[in-house]
Amino acid sequence: MRSYILTRIAGLIPTLAIISVIIFIVIQLPEGDIVSSMLDRLQAQGVDTSEEYVQNLRAQYNLDKPMVIQYFYWAGNFLTGDMGYSYLFSRPVNELVWERLGYTLSITISALFFTWLVALPVGIYSALRQYTIGDYLMTTLALVGLATPPFLLALIFMHIGFEWFGISTGGLFSPEFEDASWSFAKFADMLAHIWLPMVIVGAGGAAFTMRILRANLLDELNKPYVVTARAKGVRPAKLVIKYPVRIAINPFISNIGLMLPALISGEALVGMVMGLPTIGPLLLQSLLNQDMFLAGSMLMWLAILVVFGILLSDLLLAWVDPRIRFE
Amino acid sequence: MAGDDQAVDAVLKVRDLAVDFKTDTGLTHALMGVGFEVPRGKVTAIVGESGSGKSVTANCIMRIIQPPGRIVDGSIDFAPKGMDPFEIVSLTKKDPRLQELRGGLISMVFQEPMTALSPVYKVGNQVAEAILCHRKVSRGQAWREAAEMLERVGIDDIDRRIQMYPFEFSGGMRQRVVIAMALVCHPEVLICDEPTTALDVTIQAEILTLIKDLQRELGNSVIFITHDLGVVAQIADQVVVMYQGRVLEIGTVRQVLKQPVHPYTKGLLAAIPGLAPKGERLATIATVVGDADITTPFPMQTLADGRQVSLPPELGGAQQA
Repeated sequence: MRSYILTRIAGLIPTLAIISVIIFIVIQLPEGDIVSSMLDRLQAQGVDTSEEYVQNLRAQYNLDKPMVIQYFYWAGNFLTGDMGYSYLFSRPVNELVWERLGYTLSITISALFFTWLVALPVGIYSALRQYTIGDYLMTTLALVGLATPPFLLALIFMHIGFEWFGISTGGLFSPEFEDASWSFAKFADMLAHIWLPMVIVGAGGAAFTMRILRANLLDELNKPYVVTARAKGVRPAKLVIKYPVRIAINPFISNIGLMLPALISGEALVGMVMGLPTIGPLLLQSLLNQDMFLAGSMLMWLAILVVFGILLSDLLLAWVDPRIRFE
Repeated sequence: MAGDDQAVDAVLKVRDLAVDFKTDTGLTHALMGVGFEVPRGKVTAIVGESGSGKSVTANCIMRIIQPPGRIVDGSIDFAPKGMDPFEIVSLTKKDPRLQELRGGLISMVFQEPMTALSPVYKVGNQVAEAILCHRKVSRGQAWREAAEMLERVGIDDIDRRIQMYPFEFSGGMRQRVVIAMALVCHPEVLICDEPTTALDVTIQAEILTLIKDLQRELGNSVIFITHDLGVVAQIADQVVVMYQGRVLEIGTVRQVLKQPVHPYTKGLLAAIPGLAPKGERLATIATVVGDADITTPFPMQTLADGRQVSLPPELGGAQQA
């Protein structure tokens, strides 16, 4: 088990290195760079820029050096915790990212818990009552949940909230707390707001997970080990949880890693629709404006989160399933 | 009535048991009026081909028939030692005796040792659970008793093995674990549903000997389900022959294997490979049975030597009522 964890953690380093190269290349793909878009703006304001000024600017951002060197400058700075400067916001990228990463994480993780909290009981119920009205109802709900993209769900919720209840459902805070410093009241206000994005982001995952659990459980319910346990005299409720459910949840512990990217990209769209102070809207803005340090750092952070999420789910799976532990 | 009128001490009396399976393609009568008795402290073998209803009968006794299967008729009288006798089929789901029955008074060993244990719990956990389901003892005490039982079924190095997972065991070892799990509560009746079918021949012999030895030691009754008549000869005292959801012949091992009366039993015996003379084509059940009617449910009658048989009238069977 110890060596398994160590090899898995060691495996993260090349993975993240490769991802960083890909992110760097993708960011360099569009025409122009940060300096040319800065100049465009300056020229639009009627400011004349000398050739020397441009050269200085390019040197300042290391743009006069070969691509490979530029990559190592970027990656090296990232490792030392310096993510560069966002020209778009005229602030260090560090500040911008940390501000928003926390909100993204809270929404994503709470959405993950919401997914499980809903999918587990509903999936078990649906499998145990296969082909009953309750099962059909849950299946229909799940299919609707799967087929509705999160941003649409966000629009529907906001519309309902506004039209019927007269409340604004956007954002993570009430206006009076928007710029307030952290206090218990602000935290409570955030909790009162965060449940909606949580439900919206988690809905699709819950529907998907519930269907997977139902299918897995139906496979397991008549396995010989369940019959053995029943013949042994294990009480019905305990029997279902301890035997088939215990096995049926394994595949979707390993799914946590796969769900994370979907949750994060879903959160990005929902964040834009609902005006949330998360990574998503900022990422789009930075990409549109070719604010490469900002975009690159955020993509890198999301990649790090996903990779660690997958590691975590693999370790969790090894912990709950001895068959994997002993391989 | 029976050859000698001496009443047999039967631990189980199965009467007119009928089970239906309701499927999309219609109603299947899995059992149609099955009846037999299980003498106390003896080994009763139920033999028959696939689909004859052997396992369904066993599942009825444990009351673990799952939908779409349903017991539609019949009764199973159970007379455990030191307890008031009761009837199994009519027990309600909430009756505490039902839970006590499963694994406590009657327990079962299954065909597939490779899949009969959950892969995610330690061997000790699964054996000890059988104790914890039926007796109020501490977890530690249950594990100690589980270890004792596991040693008794021939698992050595117990301190290490009890902490292992089923997938670390071989097929024969797993079957020993399942047997330990079944016997750890000292049940009145042990049902073995083809316990050796999935094992290779040498292991088969070991497991058979183990079941037989433990039965002598613990004095429990055994219902042994198999399609292997060689196994029947080794282990059984009494034989019940089943075919298409009915019982065709019941008798002692000697009666059924040496002088079968029913044409189907004769067919079964003739189809054993080892018994045919060298170079000759092996008889099939169909060639031996010939034109005899073995599908109509004729009433059971008791012959002078005490065996029971369901024969067509032209072979001396009783007229249908």
